[in-house]
Amino acid sequence: MRFRFTTLTTAALLLLSASLSFAAGTIKIGGLFSVTGPPAFLGEPERNTAKMVVDTINRTGGIKGQKLELVVYDTAGDATKAVQMATKLIRDDKVVAIIGPSTTGESMAVIPVAEREKVPLISCAAGSKITDPVKRYVFKTAQNDGLAVAKIYEYLQKHKQNKVAILTVSDGFGASGREQLKSLAGKYGVQIVLDDTYGPKDTDMTSQLTKIRGSQAQVLIVWGTNPGPAVIAKNAKQLGLKMPLYMSHGVSSKKFIALAGDAAEGVKLPSGKVIVSDVLSKHDPQKGSLMAYVKDYQKQFKAEGDHFGGHAWDAVMLLKAAIEKGGATTEGIRTGLEGLKDFHGIGGTFNFSAGDHAGLNKDAFVMVEIKNKDWMIAK
Amino acid sequence: MELGNQVLQYLLSGFSTGAIYALIGIGFSIIYNATGIINFAQGEFVMLGGMLTLFLMETLKLPLWAAIPLAVLLATLVGLVFERLAIRPLSKASPISLVIITIGGSILIRGLSMLIWDKDTHALPPFSGDEPIMIAGATVLPQHFWILGITVVLIGLNKWFFNHTISGKAMRACSYNPRAAGLVGIDVRRMVLLSFVISAAMGSLAGIIVAPLTMTSYDVGVMLGLKGFCAAIIGGMSSGIPTVIGGLILGVLESLGAGLISSGYKDAIAFVILLLILFIRPQGLFGKPESERV
Repeated sequence: MRFRFTTLTTAALLLLSASLSFAAGTIKIGGLFSVTGPPAFLGEPERNTAKMVVDTINRTGGIKGQKLELVVYDTAGDATKAVQMATKLIRDDKVVAIIGPSTTGESMAVIPVAEREKVPLISCAAGSKITDPVKRYVFKTAQNDGLAVAKIYEYLQKHKQNKVAILTVSDGFGASGREQLKSLAGKYGVQIVLDDTYGPKDTDMTSQLTKIRGSQAQVLIVWGTNPGPAVIAKNAKQLGLKMPLYMSHGVSSKKFIALAGDAAEGVKLPSGKVIVSDVLSKHDPQKGSLMAYVKDYQKQFKAEGDHFGGHAWDAVMLLKAAIEKGGATTEGIRTGLEGLKDFHGIGGTFNFSAGDHAGLNKDAFVMVEIKNKDWMIAK
Repeated sequence: MELGNQVLQYLLSGFSTGAIYALIGIGFSIIYNATGIINFAQGEFVMLGGMLTLFLMETLKLPLWAAIPLAVLLATLVGLVFERLAIRPLSKASPISLVIITIGGSILIRGLSMLIWDKDTHALPPFSGDEPIMIAGATVLPQHFWILGITVVLIGLNKWFFNHTISGKAMRACSYNPRAAGLVGIDVRRMVLLSFVISAAMGSLAGIIVAPLTMTSYDVGVMLGLKGFCAAIIGGMSSGIPTVIGGLILGVLESLGAGLISSGYKDAIAFVILLLILFIRPQGLFGKPESERV
C-alpha cells in the first residue's frame, strides 16, 4: 500500500513537472464561452474563431517566438459557472489573460474575479456597463448598444424623420436597447410616440403592430435577436404596415433574411462591417482584417463568419498586440492593451485609453439595407 | 386607423392563434381521457412536426406536400415508441409518476432534437403564398385559412371517430371506466397506445401548419404546449368543441390584452386564466361536474 502511494505520487510529480516544462515555452490564455445553453449562438462562433486565430498565430511563428496555448471552458450561459471557470483558469491553469464571457450577465459576474486576481479580461459581450465605469483589468470588444442606437438616430435625423415607435424584446438585450433608445432620443431630436415590448418566445406580434399602425409614428424600430424580429417583419407585411422598419445589430446575420424571407426586403439596420465586408470600399481601414477573417472562417467551418466570432477574433488579436508591446505578464498585457491605438479589427477600429476600455465609436457600425436577400450599404 | 378596425384585427389574429392552441389542447385531452394522465410531451410532438418537415425538405429534398404526411407519420411513430417504452412498462404506476415520466420524455425529445438538428430557429415556407388578404379593414394570411380549415376538419374527424367507429367507442368506454371496459373485452392497453398515436399525429400536424407563421426550433414546444394545456383546461379536458372554444378564448384574450392593455401581460393572461379556472371551475368553463369526456 505504502509502495503504491509512493509510485503514484512520483508519477503525479513527474506528470506535473512535465506539464510545467511544456508550459514554460508557451503563453497560456483562457477562453470562457457559452458554447451550449441559450446563448450558444454567441459562444459557438466565438470559440471556433478563437481556436482558429490561435492556430494561425502559432503556425506563423507565435508571438515573438512563443506559442499561444488556449484553454477554453464552456459556461453554458450560466453566470455562476462562468465565475467558477474563471477562478479555475486563473488558479489552476495559470492563464495570463481571459477572453470572454459571451454575455453581459456572465461578464458582470466574472469582473470581480478578474479585478481581485489582477488578470486582464477581454469580454465579448455588448453591455456598456462592463467597461463603464472603467475597471482596471476589464476590456471589451463587442460594440456598445448605444453606438448602434446613435447610428440609427443619426440616420433618421439625416432623413428628417423624428416620430418613432419602438418595439423591444423583454430580455436583457431588449431592455438595454430600450434604455439607450429612450436616453439618446433627446440628443438627436427624436420623439418616441409609442413604446411597446414583446416576449422573447412570442410567435405573433400583430397586436402590437396594429397598435403601432394606429399611432403617429413615422418609423418603427425593433430591438431584439432572432427569431422575434423575423416574426415582426412578417407580421408587418401581413398588416400592410407602411412605415419603414429599422432593426438592431442583433439580427445582422444571413439567418434573419432566411427567416423573414420576402418580409426582410427594405429593412434597415446598423451593423458591424463583417457582413458587408465584400461591398466595403477598399479604402476602409478594416477591409484587410475583415476579408481575411471571413475567408479563413469560411474555409475552416464552412459557414459565414459573423460578428460574434469577430468579437473573439478581436480579443485574441488585441491580446497578441498587447503582448508584443508589453510582454506576456498580466501587468504587461494590461498596460499593453490600454496603450493600443488604431487597431483595425473586425468590430471596428479600437482606440483604448486609461479612460476608455471599450475603445470604439459609432463608425464601428454602418447602416445597411436588405435588398434582394442581401446586404447593401443604406444611402 | 380607428379603434373598430383595430379590434377586428385583434379578433382575427386571436382566432388564428386560438385555433392552434385548440389543436394542441385536444391532443392533451385525448390522452387524458384514455389514461388519466397529462402528457407534458405533447408540445414536443408539435415541435417534431415542424422540425421533421423541415428536415425532410432540406436533407431529402422532398416537396412540401410529400414532407408533411411523412413528418406526421414519423412523429406518430415517436409517439408510439414513447408509449411502448416509457408509459406501458409502468402501467401500474400512479398517474403522478406517469406525468413526471412524460416531463422527462419531453426533456429527452427536446435534447435529442437539439443534438440531431441544431439550436437555430428555422422557417417553413407558407403553403400558398404570403400575400395578405383584406377582410373589412383587417388582414389575414392565406396560412391562417389553412390553420382554421385544418382545425375544423380534424375536429370533425375526431367527432366522427369517437362517435361512429368501434375503436372510438371503445376508447370512450375506457375513459368512463377502464376496469369495466376491460371486463367487456376491450383491450385497454391498445386504447392507451391508440390515444398516444392520435394525439402525436394531431400535435405534429398542428406544429406543421403553424411553422410558416411562428417558425420552429427545438424548444418551440414548451410555450405552445403550455398554451394548449391551458386551452384544454378551459375546455374541461374535453376532446371536442369545449376545448376548441377554450383555445379561441385564450387566443382572443391574449391578442386583445396585448393590443389594448400591454403586451407585457400576454403570457401572464394565459396563466391567470389557467389558475382561475383551476380554482373556480376545475371542470372547465362549459363542463357539468360530470361531463362527457373523450
